[in-house]
Amino acid sequence: MSSNDNGMVASRTGRSGGGTRGNVLVALHRDAVAPRFDRATEAWLGRIDSEGGLARSRTMVLANASAEELCRIILTENVAVVVCCGIEQEFYDYLTWKRITVLDGVVGGRDAVIGALLAGTLKADAVLGGV
Amino acid sequence: MSATPDTPGRGESMAEGTTRDMDTALGPLLQGLFEQPVVARTLLDRIPLPLALVSAERRVVFLNQAACALTAMSRERAQNLPCRYVFRCSLCTGGCPLEVVDKSPTAAMAPVAREADIVNADRARIPVRVTCGALTAPDGSRVGYFETLEDLRLFRPAEARPEWPQGFGDMLGHSPEMERVFRLLPGIAQTDSSVLVTGETGTGKDLLAEALHNASNRAKGPFVKVNCGALPESLLESELFGHQKGAFTGASENKPGRFRLAHNGTLFLTEVGDLPLPLQVKLLTFLDDKIIHPLGSTRGVHVDVRIMAATHRDLRRMVREGRFREDLLYRLNVVRFHLPPLRERGDDVSLFLAHYLKVYAGMFGKRLAGFTPAAERVLLHHAYPGNVRELRNIVEYCVNVCQDTHVDLPHLPRYLLEESGEAEAHDGRGGPSVGPGTGQGGAAAGAQAPPGGGVGTADGPVGPVRMSVSGGMPGRTGWGTGAGAGVPGPAGAEWPEAGAAGADAGVAGAGAGRSGHSGHSGHSGHSGQGVPPAGAPQGDATWAEAERRLIMEALVRARGRRGAAAMALGWARTTLWRKMRQYGLDR
Repeated sequence: MSSNDNGMVASRTGRSGGGTRGNVLVALHRDAVAPRFDRATEAWLGRIDSEGGLARSRTMVLANASAEELCRIILTENVAVVVCCGIEQEFYDYLTWKRITVLDGVVGGRDAVIGALLAGTLKADAVLGGV
Repeated sequence: MSATPDTPGRGESMAEGTTRDMDTALGPLLQGLFEQPVVARTLLDRIPLPLALVSAERRVVFLNQAACALTAMSRERAQNLPCRYVFRCSLCTGGCPLEVVDKSPTAAMAPVAREADIVNADRARIPVRVTCGALTAPDGSRVGYFETLEDLRLFRPAEARPEWPQGFGDMLGHSPEMERVFRLLPGIAQTDSSVLVTGETGTGKDLLAEALHNASNRAKGPFVKVNCGALPESLLESELFGHQKGAFTGASENKPGRFRLAHNGTLFLTEVGDLPLPLQVKLLTFLDDKIIHPLGSTRGVHVDVRIMAATHRDLRRMVREGRFREDLLYRLNVVRFHLPPLRERGDDVSLFLAHYLKVYAGMFGKRLAGFTPAAERVLLHHAYPGNVRELRNIVEYCVNVCQDTHVDLPHLPRYLLEESGEAEAHDGRGGPSVGPGTGQGGAAAGAQAPPGGGVGTADGPVGPVRMSVSGGMPGRTGWGTGAGAGVPGPAGAEWPEAGAAGADAGVAGAGAGRSGHSGHSGHSGHSGQGVPPAGAPQGDATWAEAERRLIMEALVRARGRRGAAAMALGWARTTLWRKMRQYGLDR
């Protein structure tokens, strides 16, 4: 696993004005949302500040695609919102039990997803450009 | 044989149709096989094998009905999406068989097959055999691909769960009540009779329905599940029965509906007690005629579907209250299975504890040998109002928290210790305790996160969170807190012994042995019985007075300790708390 920034600040989620706030993880495969959570080879981690801006971000390359490993990262990084496409019910339940918002069924390129996140318009099952 | 468009001016090939309306793309006719041309869409839709046509750019052009059911995705949503986002196959991010097709000069002749699994839009992981091949134009150029996905779930039950000692399908149990159910299931599976599954929340109603389907002759067909309580009436009608294009504002496409998606398979209506009355009439019509009428359609459509339904509600009572049609009840209630609550399943609690400990220890990579006798005693004496789901979540919590080789008292959720009176004793010994936390409201009520001290993280969902009222359960979906919310009373007393009456696990009166534990579900019925509890002082005019006096005496004897008082009364602590509040004793 590698990263280019380790400065994530722990914070819990808050949803104001319909936008996402706090730490966000997008499960990626190449430059788009991974078709499956457990097959993601990279994870984009971003922190969206109270103004809705991107405070900091980094991309982690996972040594192995693994849903368990992603869950561990999500918990240790205090992620509030997870964006992915296909995810098994077991992991969805686990994350929501941990009070993490899971936006699944999302299809789109990385930039489009991040743009929608910052705009506060991203929803589950959204189909965006870039794929 | 050739495919030609059915309308003038649509001379594009299928591969070029990736951005077109799905209906347009499915218009071509197959010519040359029969005297009359055959509509390709009809042919493809009636093939029971999930099949997709994919463009050369690997975007979905067409899904047949079986593929829609398998992927749980509508054609409209799938249209023009990259196929990896529709199938979500384990091979999509490495080892895609279409790559092999592209590289193989013989691919057009011999399709490529691979075993893999998909995660569909209902979040189910399904093992499949993917077979794909190239589609070429008459001049030999590549225009797209076809893909079939054969559901392998039927062929893998033994392989997937070799360690399960006793049960049926995904269900476990060796209590006499469950063995009776398991004995009846294979026979019932072979019929096409409607099945009604009743039981408290968390008893495995969905698992039973799926197991029945998998053991039936319809197992090769789709198993389509609809939660009748999850959608508003207007949407549910369209979801169930489908609609015609233009039937209402926003109906821009024909929609087949879940009944048609379940053709040759099983339609499972969960929470059928929440089905609105107008839709009950439509369901009734289907059960009589086997014909559905999509919204806006003038013609009925015949579908061959077996109906299974489940509910935790007392449908008899709903019939009396005019909220459920009696005639529908009789049609659904051809065969009824009642799943007993966990507290009435005896040794199954031990079986589930061992099973889920093994499952979660493996999942979380922990080496856990079992429970200490003290922890096991507490776990075996808990009433489990949330049934197997609650037990599963308790074990998951324990495995999360436990850093030793055996799960001990400190690793149990706090509410269990309070209920059993172990909390005071345990705190008195100076052992680690879960600190005070914040209550959770809304849908998350009942959730109890692992204590931060145990796992080293101290905020948010893994922080020290406790229900502000006792009865919090490590849950995912806000169960009732033992206050009887939506939990039926002793159903067996209400239900006729109809159909496979032997399948009833004899719930009626079965709670008597543990009446204290079943107080969360059955006490509303007590008031009607008018029989004071054993040991109630004479002279109390009403049940309420007698019960109030009993509670007072128990609390005095226990010197105000509610856990001990609850134990003395033989009640769960939550029951005591609820009744104290009811009688104004908590102030």
